[in-house]
This record gives sequence, C-alpha cells and structure tokens, in this order.
Amino acid sequence: MDIELPESIRAHLPVLVVLLPLFGGLLAMFTGLVQRGGGVIAWAWSVLITGLMLVCSAAMLQLVHASPEPLVYRLGSWPEAYGIGYSVDALNAYVILVVSIIAFLTTVYAKDSVMAEVANDRHHLFYSVWLLAIAGLIGITVTGDTFNIYVLLEISSLTVYTLVALGGDRDRRALVAALKYLILGSIGATFILLGIGYLLMLTGTLNMGDMHDQLVRMREAGTLANNRTVFVSFAFLMVGLSLKMALFPLHLWLPNAYTYAPSAVSALVAATATKVGVYMTFRFVFTIYGGVYDTSADLQLLALCACLGIVVSSVAAVRQMNVKKVLAYSSVGQIAYIVLGFSLANHTGVTASVIHIFNHAIIKGGMFMAVGAVALRTGGTKIEDFKGIGRQMPVTMAAFTVGGCGLIGVPLTSGFISKWYLVQAAMEEGYWGVAAVVLLGGVLAIVYVWRLIEIIWFGTPDDPNKRVKEAPLSMLVPMWILIGASVYFGIDATWTADSARAAASLLLNGGHG
Amino acid sequence: MADTHDQSGTPAGEQMSQQTLIRVIAKMTIPFILVFGCYVILHGELGPGGGFQGGVILAAAFILYGLVFGADELRRRIPPPIIDACMALGALLYAGVGLASVLRGGTFLDYGMLEPDHAGDGEALGMALVEYGVGITVCSVMVTIYLMISERRATVRRGEVR
Repeated sequence: MDIELPESIRAHLPVLVVLLPLFGGLLAMFTGLVQRGGGVIAWAWSVLITGLMLVCSAAMLQLVHASPEPLVYRLGSWPEAYGIGYSVDALNAYVILVVSIIAFLTTVYAKDSVMAEVANDRHHLFYSVWLLAIAGLIGITVTGDTFNIYVLLEISSLTVYTLVALGGDRDRRALVAALKYLILGSIGATFILLGIGYLLMLTGTLNMGDMHDQLVRMREAGTLANNRTVFVSFAFLMVGLSLKMALFPLHLWLPNAYTYAPSAVSALVAATATKVGVYMTFRFVFTIYGGVYDTSADLQLLALCACLGIVVSSVAAVRQMNVKKVLAYSSVGQIAYIVLGFSLANHTGVTASVIHIFNHAIIKGGMFMAVGAVALRTGGTKIEDFKGIGRQMPVTMAAFTVGGCGLIGVPLTSGFISKWYLVQAAMEEGYWGVAAVVLLGGVLAIVYVWRLIEIIWFGTPDDPNKRVKEAPLSMLVPMWILIGASVYFGIDATWTADSARAAASLLLNGGHG
Repeated sequence: MADTHDQSGTPAGEQMSQQTLIRVIAKMTIPFILVFGCYVILHGELGPGGGFQGGVILAAAFILYGLVFGADELRRRIPPPIIDACMALGALLYAGVGLASVLRGGTFLDYGMLEPDHAGDGEALGMALVEYGVGITVCSVMVTIYLMISERRATVRRGEVR
C-alpha cells in the first residue's frame, strides 16, 4: 500500500506524528464543556486523531525505507548540536508504526469500555490524557535528543499514572497501584536523568549522534579508558531503563498497575509503554555507547536478569487468581524475552528483540482487549468470572485462546517466530542454557495459559442461569484485527523479519539517527 | 452578606467569610494581585518573571478568594469545566505558536518565521505568546489543585456526618 502525501506535509512528518496527538489531547479537553454526550465526541475525536497519526507513521516508514539517510527535523531551525533534532531511521519508524497501530485500535476499542469503567464527568479528561500519553510515547521514539527523551518520558509516564488511577472509579486499589507506579517510575526517570546528566558533562552535547561522535573522539584520544563518568552514566541509565521496562527484579510496579487500570488502558500500556522503554535502551546501549564502551559484562547481567525474569514471572503467573494479573505477570516474562534477545548482542538476537516488540504488542494488546470485553459484560476479571464464559462469549474467547497460543509460541502464531529467532541467537553464541530457559518459559506459558483456557471453555459458571451477551462489535473488530495479525505474521513473517533485520543492522553497525 | 448564600462550603471558608476584616481586605487585595500577576507574565520576556511565576501569582488571587469565601463559591464563579478548558487553552496557545510557524513555512517553534521580514519581531512575538500560554495553564492548574484538595476534604467531612 502506497501513501501519497503532499511535499509540504511530508517534510514535517517527524514532528506531525507527535503534534497530532498533542493538539488532539489538548482539544479533547474542551469536550468537557458539552453538557451531554461529551464523552462520545471526545472518543470520536480521538479515533480521528489516532487514525491520522497512523497514516502519517505508515507514510514515514515508507519514506525512511526509500531514503538512505535518516529523516532529520530541526525544531525551531536550530542546529542539532544546540536545539532539539528529531531523527527517524529504520528502527524508530518501525516502533512508531507499532505504537500508532496499537494506539488507533485501542482507541476504537475504548468507547464502551470507558463508558462502563470511568465516571461520566471524567471522559473528557480520560481522552485528553490518553492522547497526551500517546504523544509522549511517540515523542520518545521520534526524538534524537537525550534531554528531550527525558521530558517526553515524563509526559508519557505522568499521563499513564493518571490513566491507571482513573481505574479507581471501578476499583479503589487502582489508586494505590498508580501511586506505587508513580514512586517507582519517578525513581527510574530520575536515574535516567542522572545518566543523561553525566553524559552531558562528559561530551558537552545532548544530541545522540553527536554524543556518540564525541565518545569515539575521546576513545581515540585515549581519555575514555577507565573513565569513571562513563561507567557511572551507563550504570544509572541501565537501572533507570530497567525500571521503566519492568525488567525483573525491578518489575514490582507492573502487575498491579496493569490489573487495576481501566481495561482499555491496560491494552494500550501493556502493548506500548514497556516497548518504548526497550526502544530507549536500544538507543542508549547501541547508538550512544555502541562500539565505544565495552558493554558485554553489563549485557550479561541483563541476560541473567532476563532469564530469571522469564522463569520467576511465569511461575508467578500460574498462581494468580485474577486473569488480568496473569497477563500482567506474563508481560514481565515477555519483556524479559525481548531484553534477553538484545543482551546476546548478536544480529539474530537483536532481530529477535525487534520482532518480539511487534509480536508481543499485538498478542498482549489483543488479549487485554478480550479480558476487557469480559469485564464489560460480567463486571469483573477474577477467575470465577471466566468460568464457562467460552460458551457465552465464543468470539471474544476464541480471540483470547489464539492469543494464548501466541504467548506459548505455538507454530503458526507470531510468538513462534520470535522464539525461533531467540533460540537461534542463543545457539549462535553457544549459550545452551539460555536456549533451555527460553523453552522452559514456553512450557510454563502452557501451564498458565491452559489453566485459563480450561476454565473458560470447560468450567461451569457459579450461577448457571446467568446469561451474558457477546461483546459489542466496536470491541470485537479491533481485538480480532490484532489477533488476526498475530496469526498472519506467524505464517508470513517477511515484513516483520525484514524490518527487524534492517533495524538490527542499523543498531549493531554503530548506525545512529 | 450576599456572597455567603451557599452554606455547604468548607467550614473554614464559612467562618472566614463572616469576618468583616478578612472579607474587606481580601476584596481589596485581589484586584492588585491579579494586576501584579499579569504584570509579571507580560514583563517576563524582558525582566525577572515569566509565565510560571505570573501564573502562580494569578492563581494566588483565586485561591485567596476560595479561602475566604469558600471553595464552592469559587467553583460557582469559575466552573471546573472552564478551568479544565483553560488548562488546555494555555498549552494550545504554546503549541499553536509552534504550528503557526510551520504554516508560515518554517519548522515547528521557529518563531522568527512569524514575521518573516523582521525575524526579531517574530521571535519577540513568539516568546510573548508562549509566556501567556504558560501563564494561563499554570494559573488554572494551581486553581484546580486547590479545588481538588478542598473537594476531597469536603467529601471526607460529609462522610463523617453520615
């Protein structure tokens, strides 16, 4: 599919993908002035905005693939060394497209779910904050300036805390979960800021490409070896980013935040927020420090954390009594797969990571949507609410089941493709133990997914006379698009694998945007 | 006592609104605080001050009004949906300046392009408008924080009565 945009728009694409949700979010606030039906107007407006954003990001990916150089956009026409420069290459154009797809589909999905779960007088606030969160996530991905990353990270984090807290209308525990997320998230952001500060002290610049060049120059001059500032900045960044990615053992904020957030928020955040954290880690580890600072020891530590995370979170997922919490713990495990991939630091490993960013986003997004549909019809997401629900909501639960197969990594689902690359990457390095952990993770996923599937299809409802309707079409369509995509990209992975390979080559060859 | 028609305000506000001295002084000072706040915002690009400081001073006037006459009275004067809209309006003004420079053929936030013939004037105009935007947003956010806190207290008290 080819998207033709006029030249005047094409030149501004990198900033447009951020401006659309930013303006959209601010304008959505005005729907609060409408006495009745403001929520629906805000929803329709958000669908329009995220739809336009999706078109822009698809056009941008095409543009990036067509041009040999990354697209650069200078805000305020300042040179990149002084001002903020946005730069888009094969990696972030891909991540932006993933975020835009999820943002658009979850927004379409949100209508009924938000009506049911968020108080009526807060709908304009919800959609406003929702769009601002998307603006922050896209902004982090598009920018080439490290301080700008921090600012946009704060925008996206603060808005996501708010979105999680809006679940308080349904369950008061959302407020505690949001507070916990706020405290840990702020610590993470502060660590990232400190890391950026030390880098600024060392290189005198905030632009990523420039930082890398300065570090290369320092290394050639011989002033980089045993430089404690580099070491400290890297350590601060890694801890901060691990917190943001929810890498085991820094994942404690995640399960409750995902569980008690409104259903639409769980779907959006689970599919995008941690992925953007992974993207930031790519940028820092490969674009800035790549080829300059010896990261192998640190990456081995990350790989160890990831292996432990896969096992521990999968075991924890087996024991949960709330379906959303099962999925949340499974998310911790899936993030660990992504981290494991790039911490092997070979081409296949990074490819596996980049592929799994997309695959996990569509699978988990679709599954959280299915759970949200059940929450809408039964009013809860506990295991008891799911007993025998498969016979009453067959379409929704079929999506959930296919998604579950993706989590396990059954062949013909996209989860299989990710695991295939991951195991291959581990074997290339001769890490047989790591390959075994990946397979063990798959086995544990069978346990926690099968437990749910058994309850859903073969369980007997506590109240046999209770009838629930199938989910509305506005929920089923986005859910099935995501789940369908997870099957499609499991059978024909050409697009994902090619994009991921291009991104991996870019990262490992010291390419920077 | 025309302003104390609403008895459901916070008790602290009710007590204060019955004290003539506090009421008169508050009514006298609020206009001056507002003018000073506007001065700090307007003067921000040339001297000490700016959108943040001026916005907080403006908000102080509203909060003083709320403290003396009760948060409900403040809410009646400026309804929360309007404050919410103002929060967005200020940020929109900021982003709108950026967009205006895109429409004039520059890049985002390229103030110089607002007046292509006199880049200096364009920059001054851009900076001033951005400061006004910041001022509006900061002021309405501060007032919202105050209203949120007072609302919370009111609900807790009502809960105790039941």
